[in-house]
Amino acid sequence: MHSVILATAIRLLLPLMLLFSLFLLLRGHNEPGGGFVGGLVVAAAFALYTLAHGEKEGRRMLRVDPLRLVASGLLVALVSGLLPLLVGLPFLTALWSSVPAPVIGHAGTPLLFDLGVYLLVAGMSLLIIFTLMEE
Amino acid sequence: MLFLPLLIPLATAIAGLLAWNRRKLQRLLGVCSSAALLIVGLMLLATVQQQGVISAQAGNWPAPFGITLVADLLSSLLIVATGLMGLCVTVYSLADTDTRQESLGYHPLLQVLLLGICGSFLTGDLFNLYVWFEVMLIASFVLLALGGQREQMEGAIKYVALNLIASALLLAGIGLLYGVTGTLNMAHLAIRLQSMPHTGTIPVIAALLFCAFSIKAAVFPFYFWLPASYHTPPIAVITIFSALLSKVGIYVLIRVFTLIFPQETLAGQPLILAAAGLTMLLGALGAVAQPELRRMLAFCVVSQIGYLLMGLGLFTALALSGSIFFMLHIMAAKSALFLTTGVVARLTGSSSLAELGGLYRRYPLLAALFLVPALSVAGIPPLSGFWGKLALIQAGLQSGQYLMVAVALGVSVLTLYYLTNAWIHIYWKPAPETAAKLQYLPPHRRHQLLAPTLLLALFSLVLGLLPEPLFRLCHSAAEQILNPSSYITAVLGTLP
Repeated sequence: MHSVILATAIRLLLPLMLLFSLFLLLRGHNEPGGGFVGGLVVAAAFALYTLAHGEKEGRRMLRVDPLRLVASGLLVALVSGLLPLLVGLPFLTALWSSVPAPVIGHAGTPLLFDLGVYLLVAGMSLLIIFTLMEE
Repeated sequence: MLFLPLLIPLATAIAGLLAWNRRKLQRLLGVCSSAALLIVGLMLLATVQQQGVISAQAGNWPAPFGITLVADLLSSLLIVATGLMGLCVTVYSLADTDTRQESLGYHPLLQVLLLGICGSFLTGDLFNLYVWFEVMLIASFVLLALGGQREQMEGAIKYVALNLIASALLLAGIGLLYGVTGTLNMAHLAIRLQSMPHTGTIPVIAALLFCAFSIKAAVFPFYFWLPASYHTPPIAVITIFSALLSKVGIYVLIRVFTLIFPQETLAGQPLILAAAGLTMLLGALGAVAQPELRRMLAFCVVSQIGYLLMGLGLFTALALSGSIFFMLHIMAAKSALFLTTGVVARLTGSSSLAELGGLYRRYPLLAALFLVPALSVAGIPPLSGFWGKLALIQAGLQSGQYLMVAVALGVSVLTLYYLTNAWIHIYWKPAPETAAKLQYLPPHRRHQLLAPTLLLALFSLVLGLLPEPLFRLCHSAAEQILNPSSYITAVLGTLP
């Protein structure tokens, strides 16, 4: 089934949704939002693209293997937990930068952890979606 | 230090995911990680022996607000056992799993399972425990269904349905408990509940949690899922399930019902003992009736769970130390039985008692590898099972629970009967004419299969000949459990 409307709309929607997911991710550490919803929005964007153009095109658009996204998300989250060990604090202790960064304010290891969740959720959902679409 | 048993399997699982299609690397990582887990476990045990109970607060949030990890003697002994079993099963599965299962991520999943198990042993927070249970459940479901054969799916679905019900009960219990006490830190709960009247909701919560953990541990009347799902997956997977998963249920029962609900344990003593006795008896009767080796051993797992619960029911230091000793013994002995069964099935292509026979002539070592742990499980004197049962039965006599003692002894006789009967069928009776030709195993495969089996059987033998050091350790672990003040102080800093 090929829909011209969806195929045209997704060309605009895909970058917008990806941008919005980044916004959700960065907003997440003080307000509603965060890595989980951000990751779901990424997955939704690529799922729509896949609906419009088929599973092969979807995979090509994503460029990386979803499984790799899952693994790297886990790795980023693990590293964010390990960093405080370097300064002698327990696993998963939040470290914050003293200088506020532009736009996002004080950044710290929780943001890194959230980034890990973002990658993991996006990768996992896309892995499921692509596998289902293949059949 | 306390985080290492969690970080090692987690990091290995991630590395395994990154190296998805490189099977050799995954196998190497799996073996290294399990060996590292064993070493860390031993270090942890040494530290706990020197310093008493130790705790760590994740994220540096002080207890009772953050998640606490606690290691006392019981948990560190079980971490050592997890490392040992993980290592044996990983090495065994190098030869046992086929390429397809490995390419579907067998080794990373095994590490996730070990992560969940170590997490459950170390956590000091009830909700965190629920999360570790879910980690275990997810990993174990995929391991059960890996390969996706029809009968495998059937077993896996039964397993998952029952475990989801257990999780729901557990979650309900945890929610109610939080509503009543306002905390989920186990040490904090112990203090809060001391000053509350134990009427109304609290016994109900205790009963809910008892049912939830009993399903996980396969205690009567919730044991039926275990024999229904344990006969289908690869033997290495069942070995780790029977050695560790059901024991996690028992560990949590011991932990929660000695630390948080000691009053309910005493009040419910007749019920716990009845459940223990019936678990033993029905498990053994089920095993006697099974003509298939794997199903028989699955019932045998259930039957032995009863002995572990008996220690909790008697609720004395001797009984609990007997339970802990028995738990360590049964992990080694039962796993050796399962692994030998796997070798037999690989050689003959069958695990049905009627189709087997005459293996003693060709493989005397294999016969010994079955006989030693079988006698040990039955509780024949120079072997490890004897000492665990001796302590439990002594404790039972001291508390005047004669019926319980009689059941425990009677079930031992039944166990001896069905295990030796199986041994005679497999090794002694002449091979039936319909028997298929024996498969040839290349030497390196044979070593990978036999080395872990031999190690576990020897462990059971050595434990039987020199029970003293380990038993003393188990006794101090039991005393630590019965005097929770050191646990509470280690978690909360001071005893209010």
